[in-house]
Amino acid sequence: MELPPLVAMVGNPNAGKSALFNALTGARQKVGNYPGVTVERHSGRLALDDGRAVELVDLPGAYSLDPSSPDERVTRDVVTGTQAGERLPDALVVVVDAANLDNHLRFALQLIALGLPVVVALNMVDLAERDGLVLDPAVLERELGVPVVPTVAVRRRGIDVLRARLTALVGGTTAELRRLRPSDGSVDDDIVTLQRRARTIAAAATVSETPVRRWNHALDSVALHPVFGPILLATLLFVMFQAVFSWSEVPVSWIESAFAALDGVVRDAMPDGFLRSLLTDGVIAGVGAVVVFLPLILILFLFILVLEASGYMVRAAFLMDRMMAQVGLSGRAFIPLLSSFACAVPGIMATRTIDDEKDRLTTILIAPLMTCSARLPVYSIIIAAFIPARKVAPFIGLQGLVLFGLYVMGIVGAFVAALALRRTVTKGDSSGFMMEMPKYQMPRMGDIAIGLWSRAWIFLKRAGTTIALTTVILWALLSFPQAPAGQKQADYSVAGRIASGLEVVVRPIGFNHDIALALIPAMAAREIAVAAIGTVYAIDDVEDTRGERTLVDNLRGRWSLPTALAFLMWFVFAPQCISTIAVTRRETNGWRWPAFMVGYLFATAYVMAGITYWAAVFAGL
Amino acid sequence: MTSSLPPETLTLETLPRHQRAAVDMIEWERLAVPEARRLRELGFDQGVPVEVLHRARMGSGPIACRIGRMTVALRRAVARSIRVSTAALPAE
Repeated sequence: MELPPLVAMVGNPNAGKSALFNALTGARQKVGNYPGVTVERHSGRLALDDGRAVELVDLPGAYSLDPSSPDERVTRDVVTGTQAGERLPDALVVVVDAANLDNHLRFALQLIALGLPVVVALNMVDLAERDGLVLDPAVLERELGVPVVPTVAVRRRGIDVLRARLTALVGGTTAELRRLRPSDGSVDDDIVTLQRRARTIAAAATVSETPVRRWNHALDSVALHPVFGPILLATLLFVMFQAVFSWSEVPVSWIESAFAALDGVVRDAMPDGFLRSLLTDGVIAGVGAVVVFLPLILILFLFILVLEASGYMVRAAFLMDRMMAQVGLSGRAFIPLLSSFACAVPGIMATRTIDDEKDRLTTILIAPLMTCSARLPVYSIIIAAFIPARKVAPFIGLQGLVLFGLYVMGIVGAFVAALALRRTVTKGDSSGFMMEMPKYQMPRMGDIAIGLWSRAWIFLKRAGTTIALTTVILWALLSFPQAPAGQKQADYSVAGRIASGLEVVVRPIGFNHDIALALIPAMAAREIAVAAIGTVYAIDDVEDTRGERTLVDNLRGRWSLPTALAFLMWFVFAPQCISTIAVTRRETNGWRWPAFMVGYLFATAYVMAGITYWAAVFAGL
Repeated sequence: MTSSLPPETLTLETLPRHQRAAVDMIEWERLAVPEARRLRELGFDQGVPVEVLHRARMGSGPIACRIGRMTVALRRAVARSIRVSTAALPAE
């Protein structure tokens, strides 16, 4: 089958490329990877006006064709037709920020000079107008020699015109707009020269300009204020973590009752036996224990996506730079680290925007210390079981406060680790911090929804495959061989015997046999710890034939408070996630750094859990 | 390094907040290669109007400045190598 024509979207960071991509393709998107590199390939299908379909690919944002990161290298290689696994695009959609032509036109000039058919999307014209900037697209069209379409991607304006221009451009035989590839050397790659030319064109296309940006300035004077800025940031983060708990309560109870109903249906429909036990105690108990956390994860991602889309995230990086500089990192590391609160895997991949190699490596090594969403199932079940749900102040619950404390613990741990690493294994000059701060913008809910949907899908897919399979294996290991009367099944089984060996190691830090058992499958993913404990107690609970006793009740009856606290502390530090280890290996090209990461994190987890346990025991908790 | 400059030389680091100025000269040799390139890519060039918008904290922390129609955050060490002048501003 012949591949459809390829159209690449390319432009500066903050040009609104992704919003335009969403506007053109809707939800019909695919996320893949370029071979050999860990750069995500976002593609989608677009039906042209004449019925032909093209594949639209959203390239990583870049400032020029002179790459300074793997992302920018992919962008250059695709538009020059040298990227492995990608065909030369049939046309380019060059996205420029209307309010920032001075800068964005320089890259546009470089791209136009490549000789591919180009249409320029003059994006965010509404924001430019709000800034008091009036532009003449006709002048731009004349100066650049390619069609220019004013668009407002987030409001879906100009999309039809853009599609019409693309229809004329792709595979058009008339091709009056197709420029000839310039001979070697005619493309002036000197940034300064191109920049000056860009400024001249921008000035020519500007009809009128009032140099005001009241909106942004007013917001920035609060967001970047030396005193109020950090207070605002701390408040936002605190609200985010409180919301994760309080907003999720109702949807979590829905999911719980849905799984309980499913469990009931299976129990009624099937005779008692191994198959029924496999389905209820294995699959339903295990997957259910994990899926209930979907609301929490989505709320967390909702905040992160909104903060990113609104333009606030870079302000947060600005505020954090000073603190990050003290531990030898830059404010740039803040965004990957904040993403790591959702999941360390995209967080570690986001470190690719950090130019400095040592800086990047340090960020990768501490990223797993940011409390990822997979720890939430573990934290929230233990908190629900052992921390009373009372208010310590109006609107501040004790449970939320403990959760916040665990997040702070991870952050402090990460900073201490960064400080130590920068003085030892990743020693080197401190790197710089230079970032463009995008304009504030109202995030479009549709774009946020697409982002949330893809996260939910990844999570559910994982719950349905890795987690389901692991819990089934665990169920089997727990169910065989069957314990004779008077013996506990969880101790007698194959898994129980493995755990007994591990228990010797973890007993000094207050862990019991059930925890030792849960730690093994939790290597696949942290949230499996909860599923595993759920499975252990489901199999072990002989009196509870209808699955009525909740995991919380079981935990309360079987664990002491010091054990629970030590367990929480363990999960602050323990690198229990195969995916994180795998992505670290990919991003650092070898086993050396992931091995180091696993070693130092396990050692820290062991020591910290031990300290917590014995401190709690001596405090008489 | 700083002492080699005459004391009255204004840099982006010392430029008072909201005082409009233009880039006079950039001491490229004081910057690391990737830093210098990023600075060029962000549009820093002789004669371009600049304005300091925010300083994170007195004494240290990054600076947010307006360059062209963009807001850019950079560290003080970099700002120190960007000489600015308040005279002969291009008309806006």
